[in-house]
Amino acid sequence: MKAVYEKLLGGRSGFVGLLILAALLLVVFPLGLDIFRLGLVGKYLTYAFVAVGLVLCWGYGGILSLGQGVFFGLGGYCMAMFLKLEASDPISTKIQSTPGIPDFMDWNQITSLPAMWQPFHSFSFTVLAVLAVPTLLALVIGMAMFKRRVGDVYFSIVTQAIAAILSILIIGQQGLTGGVNGITDLKTLMGWDIRTDSARLILYFINAGLLIVCILFGRLILTSKLGRLLMAMRDKEERVRFSGYDVASFKVFVYCIAAMFSAIGGAMFTLQVGFMSPSFVGIVPSIEMVIYAAVGGRMSLLGAVYGTLLVNFGKTYFSESFPELWLFLMGGLFIVVVLYFPNGLAGLYETQGKRLLARLRGKKPAAETAVTADSQIAIDNINLEASK
Amino acid sequence: MSDAPIGFESTDHPVLAIEDLTVSFDGFKAVDGLNLYVQRNEVRVVIGPNGAGKTTVLDLICGKTAATSGSIRFNNHELTKMSEHEIVRVGVGRKFQTPSIYENLSVFENLEISFPRGRKVLGALLFKRTPDVVERVEVVAAEIFLREHLYTQADLLSHGQKQWLEIGMLLMQEPELLMLDEPVAGMSVSEREKTAQLLGRISQGRSVVVIEHDMEFVKSIAHKVTVLHQGKILAEGSMEKVQSDPKVIDVYLGH
Repeated sequence: MKAVYEKLLGGRSGFVGLLILAALLLVVFPLGLDIFRLGLVGKYLTYAFVAVGLVLCWGYGGILSLGQGVFFGLGGYCMAMFLKLEASDPISTKIQSTPGIPDFMDWNQITSLPAMWQPFHSFSFTVLAVLAVPTLLALVIGMAMFKRRVGDVYFSIVTQAIAAILSILIIGQQGLTGGVNGITDLKTLMGWDIRTDSARLILYFINAGLLIVCILFGRLILTSKLGRLLMAMRDKEERVRFSGYDVASFKVFVYCIAAMFSAIGGAMFTLQVGFMSPSFVGIVPSIEMVIYAAVGGRMSLLGAVYGTLLVNFGKTYFSESFPELWLFLMGGLFIVVVLYFPNGLAGLYETQGKRLLARLRGKKPAAETAVTADSQIAIDNINLEASK
Repeated sequence: MSDAPIGFESTDHPVLAIEDLTVSFDGFKAVDGLNLYVQRNEVRVVIGPNGAGKTTVLDLICGKTAATSGSIRFNNHELTKMSEHEIVRVGVGRKFQTPSIYENLSVFENLEISFPRGRKVLGALLFKRTPDVVERVEVVAAEIFLREHLYTQADLLSHGQKQWLEIGMLLMQEPELLMLDEPVAGMSVSEREKTAQLLGRISQGRSVVVIEHDMEFVKSIAHKVTVLHQGKILAEGSMEKVQSDPKVIDVYLGH
């Protein structure tokens, strides 16, 4: 039980941090926001899955992927295909020249459902595909790149190219994918209307719950020896290799996990927003997702969630008020964070926030603050004490 | 297995047998038809002027550099056909020229990572810090004079302590062949003496190959010295024999 507390929840400070986030997502937002704003938060939280994955693979593993939109998109498209088939039953599509197939296929003179779409009649297959398709793609990319020791900026460039390729492919294959419009007009999930307010509320809670599960899983990885190996690899890859580890397999693993998290986010996006389009796959959204993680703090799983929320609230506010300024603000924000707060909001909290809190409590910062300069070290120390 | 620390003529069962080893980089032969045999319990020191190919030989043995031709046999394994982590797993440990440790982790964690268990993804995820791991880390830490620093973050150690820590990380792997590239570089006189004692202790039951420039240190640890020059062996034998060899004197003083 104690091990679970220390490992999964990250000891006292980790547990409190998680509780605060859970209270914010599960109590404060649902009570304080109307259903429209809550829906927006739900949408932002689907991006947080990507940011949490990036903390694992970029912050700890040192693998900067500029193509996480690929996995977000694939997860989203798998879910959208299922929902679209359900929305395209023969009765509601009887005005089409071929009833029973998605409307965009009909517009593209396709007369029977392509084989690729057939298995998406099954919901269990769809759930499996949401998790497996992006993870397998990450496995293939990871094997091809890491086994050949392609790393650093070269890896980032290749992932960006993959994002560009996939979005062009989706746009080009209009009859199969709905092209640039994406897959739209999604209505029900196994007969349950996902457009109603009550459905949106339930989906919001499912989404927030899944996000917390992903964070817990991320904690489990980071507090295990695998987490320490990731940091060790990031700093001294050769040393890890010459300590008898196959470095590539660890990189592939963490890249696959990040892909799977992104895919879950993508599927939840489709369910909550009601469509999926190539605009979430390409280079620009992929880089935006990296900015969320950078702003929140690339070494902090919780920070990534706050970073995502903050940047997106900012985006919504500023793009409503000053639409032409927004992109410059976003770029400026990224530059400021990288230059002055390399560990993002979480880093700012570690260095300034804790001191402030201690002063508010009227206490001198105890020995605790000395070790929490790097939160990971704090976690490790707790582990050490627990194991003694 | 021979009990004699000096395995001069008994080349019947060498732990490491390098034969006709050649590596060429764009036509430049960094190592050229090298033959080298190392016995169990032997401390072999490789010396030679800069660019003689000393570090390249270690790179070839541990798989960092691929050989152009020739063979490296370690016990019954042909190392030239294996990848780096496989070579480590059959019992070869290598220390790099500059201390290569994980600066963000504590001494304990540095040593623990080298413990030969949970080396695959799932194993690492499920790895537990059991009493035998803790005990082994403590034993090795005492051996490398870092017992008091177990929970110190590694980047706070002095240069000499970092060198010891990396040796300790190799000891965690319990290698049969230990390769050290300039282990006393940047160390104080007293640290050098302690390192010489350390090498004397840890060479029991295994073979050690050391690259070193410091001749006093070489004298204090070497059973046998190999002099490399331009990728070839110039001389081999005891320190006295090598030092009085006119070819060696010529290479070091002449040109």
